[in-house]
Amino acid sequence: MADAGVMRAVSPVVKAPRSREARIQLAGFVVLHAVIIVGAGIMFFPFLWTIITSITPGASLTNSPALIPANPSLEPYLRLFRERPFGQVVLNSVMLAAITTAVQLVTSSTAAYAFSRMPFRGRGVVFAVYLATMMIPLQVLIVPLFVELKYVGLLDTYLGAVLPTFASAFGIFLIRQAINQVPLDLDEAATIDGAGHFRIFAQVIVPNIRPALATLTVFSFMGSWNSFLWPLVVLRSPELQTLPIALAGLQGQYTSDWDVIMAGSVVSVIPMLALYIFAQKYIIEGVASSGIK
Amino acid sequence: MSAPATPARVAYPPARRAPTHPVRQATSRTGYVLTVLAFLLPSAIPLVAFVLAPMVAALWISFNKWNLLAPMTFIGFGNFAKLLADPTTGDVFLHTIYYIVGYLPLVFVGGLVLALALNTALKGRSLLRGIYFLPVVTSWIVVALVWRWLLSPGSGVVNTVLGFVGITGPGWWTDPVWAMPSIILASAWKDLGFVMVILLAGLQAISPDMYDAAKMDGAGWWRRLFSITIPLLSPSTFFVLVISLINGFQVFDQVYAMTGGGPNGASEVVVQQIYDLTFRYGRAGEASALSWMLFVVILAVTVLQVRGQRRWVTYG
Amino acid sequence: MKTKLMAVIGLTGAAALALAGCASAPAAETGPVTITYSNFISNGGNEANLAKIVAEFQKQNPTITVKVTTLPYDAYGTALQTDLAAGTEADVFDINGASSYAPLQANGTLAELKGVAGGVYNKALLDTYATGGKQYGLPTSFSDVVLYYNKDLFDAAKVSYPTANWTWADETAAATKLTNVAAGVWGDHQPVTYNEYYKVLVQNGESFLNNDGTKVAFTTPGGIKAAHWLVDKSGTTMPTIAQGQGTADFDTNLFKGGKLAMLHTGIWVFSAFKDTPANWDIAVEPGSTHSASAVFSNAVGVSAHSKHEAAAQKWAEFLAASDTTVNVRLDAGWELPTIADSKKLATYLDKGKPANRQAVFDAAKAIAPAPSIGANQSQMQDIITGELVEAQAGRKSVEQALTSAETKINALLKG
Repeated sequence: MADAGVMRAVSPVVKAPRSREARIQLAGFVVLHAVIIVGAGIMFFPFLWTIITSITPGASLTNSPALIPANPSLEPYLRLFRERPFGQVVLNSVMLAAITTAVQLVTSSTAAYAFSRMPFRGRGVVFAVYLATMMIPLQVLIVPLFVELKYVGLLDTYLGAVLPTFASAFGIFLIRQAINQVPLDLDEAATIDGAGHFRIFAQVIVPNIRPALATLTVFSFMGSWNSFLWPLVVLRSPELQTLPIALAGLQGQYTSDWDVIMAGSVVSVIPMLALYIFAQKYIIEGVASSGIK
Repeated sequence: MSAPATPARVAYPPARRAPTHPVRQATSRTGYVLTVLAFLLPSAIPLVAFVLAPMVAALWISFNKWNLLAPMTFIGFGNFAKLLADPTTGDVFLHTIYYIVGYLPLVFVGGLVLALALNTALKGRSLLRGIYFLPVVTSWIVVALVWRWLLSPGSGVVNTVLGFVGITGPGWWTDPVWAMPSIILASAWKDLGFVMVILLAGLQAISPDMYDAAKMDGAGWWRRLFSITIPLLSPSTFFVLVISLINGFQVFDQVYAMTGGGPNGASEVVVQQIYDLTFRYGRAGEASALSWMLFVVILAVTVLQVRGQRRWVTYG
Repeated sequence: MKTKLMAVIGLTGAAALALAGCASAPAAETGPVTITYSNFISNGGNEANLAKIVAEFQKQNPTITVKVTTLPYDAYGTALQTDLAAGTEADVFDINGASSYAPLQANGTLAELKGVAGGVYNKALLDTYATGGKQYGLPTSFSDVVLYYNKDLFDAAKVSYPTANWTWADETAAATKLTNVAAGVWGDHQPVTYNEYYKVLVQNGESFLNNDGTKVAFTTPGGIKAAHWLVDKSGTTMPTIAQGQGTADFDTNLFKGGKLAMLHTGIWVFSAFKDTPANWDIAVEPGSTHSASAVFSNAVGVSAHSKHEAAAQKWAEFLAASDTTVNVRLDAGWELPTIADSKKLATYLDKGKPANRQAVFDAAKAIAPAPSIGANQSQMQDIITGELVEAQAGRKSVEQALTSAETKINALLKG
């Protein structure tokens, strides 16, 4: 019974739907399932289409995609890895995303703790400045950032690619909201036990915001995994290339091999999906083991 | 040795601090400042160096005429004056606001319903959550291809279905009137999973005990939704709204992939104009000026939201 | 006999190259140098072919190492502009056609290439990358647009095949006969875009800009007729936007599926049509009062800031016109080299479908020059395509659309 479920009352464990209310609840339950499953089909369809195109060698973009491939083959996948250094590219992307995620988890949770639990003069203004860093489009920052990195000599290096992603206002805001939801009583109890801010942060707050940390893990990883513009301009050596740029490279000046592009898309989606499903388990377990009750 | 702590600044919440505790006594005012810095600097340094510094540089560029190739020349507010005189500027802001007004309610209500539904004891819900999350991780290139096909005016699935019920479907993304609704539809579909994930994390942070207690008091499902779920979810809701607005103002990828701003500029948005001005039209100074105009708008809207949160967001 | 001839051609080519090498003005450096080359031309499948050219160049020039960076076509411009802004551009970099060349040259980013052996190149293509009598870029490849036709559909409708002498009237007559909406067969397809419009203007004896380039000149009766030529196909002999016209791969899929009799597109789709069951061939596009074809070329330039200008130019010339490049490109079917010597290109004519490959070279004999207005080029192109599509969709008359384009572009020309 670890799940916090607002609709637990309508779950099948409800016995003998005798009352009128229970019958309505059962009907609601059935309708809900139907809608959710049909919706899932709609959500899944484009991915299915991607998979089908990716196993149809020579496929082009047609007005009505065939749902059963004519000559299914894994050839596009083989081409993807044979003709280009895709193994290396995937590895690069995983590495950059892992570093970004690990660093962002630390920088976001520490900053969020300060914004939630440590009053100081001008805190509101500092937080507003943090948020403001999200309000200007990356497109216009690229050139100044590039020039800056040129002067510190980090162009065409992994460090140059990840440094600008080390702090994320999005992540800080997300975690701050989660910490704000943790009851203050827990801090107070720890304070009475003699804990300082570092201990409260590590032993009280962090265990209680695991769902938010898991969410941030997914989004940080995804942000790095999909980022295009910055890695494009900063990383030039072929051996440093990342996945989205390699995928864009599959589209030619005049023509494109859609089967290979779709195979690349499938390859790029799967790790993210796996991470989400893994993180999701963690979210649930995180709540189960935390001391919120 | 150590100076006595300034009570109001030492611990949180100050009123219930244990005054004579050894750790507290060792914590001077300087110590507290250092602690705050220790928590803030890891994020502050990269933000200042790699976001705020380029932002200030962009502000400087906005007062110059620059095509990226030749040296820049200072022209004061020339770029801003030019942008304000150009009818395209008003158009791209209007299109962007149109996008937000259409997109935000759709994705928010949809994501909330989805999060509530997938927070129940549904069979195979892990898988279902994964499926609803799929569009979030799929690239816009693929999503745009699929949606352009679904919304194809002639033989598209949507218009075919509308045809069954006797409605002649519109020209969707090929029609200036329907281009933005097409983008809104595809964007809401893609981002449902994003809102769902954040709200699910919020829902799961609500203690089941609250519901058990409410049930014992005889509260029905709707009652529990409005008296427990929605208030306790408000920090997450607030987060979703603020982030979606900030991102909504910077909508670009989907427009670029679905309509390219067309037909004939009917769905052109602010960031697309910024991109074109910088990299295609050789007017980086104007692009920086437009970015700062956008920044001021987003900042104003966010400040209003933060001010307004006190009325409806409950913490702890 | 034939062998001998080829040997002579080979020797002449080598001599021309040697001459080019001698004539190069910048002083040769001593000691090994590394130059960088940033490109998009090899992106999407020709990376190994480019590596072959690099390897041969390094073999012939042991003191020069070429470090290659390949970027996606779509993103190349963004990366190049960022580099130029920061002064980190490669020694040699690709130039994406005439419209990209103009602003690069005007802002002094390109080094003058001295002593280029002009005779080696197709003159029109070489001149595209010269300004004020000085050469600032070398064309590396070109493609042109031709008329594709499906012989089976022509036979079935008892219409005679297109010839080089066809005019618009012949095309319209054939397209009308070939169109069979009930069977889903369309007679013609030509994109309604800027790239088509500037060309059909020339085909109709008109020009895009006035003589001194200060105003547009297409709102004449002839210019309006040229716009009608594109717009009026839609819904008569060509599918409408609502039927999917204008989406990616729509026209080529229709042609591959045997549902399209004539198609105006570039020679880059040869490989995509390789396995099409239908019989098809190509012809030079029909003109109206004039014959004119659109040619798209890519080029390379040497950075004005390059520390190794001599080595960089040597590589640029090798990449553009060496025998190695010619052979690699022809063998791989990787766009056409820009050399003048048609005999070296002879093997191209025997590379299989389509039979009339000669049309590719014939089309390049009468090139419709692309208008060039400098910094606002991309915006001008966007305006024309946007307005033409308004007319195609029936939201504006052709006259209204052109007048609207005229107002907007004249404002751009004023600055």
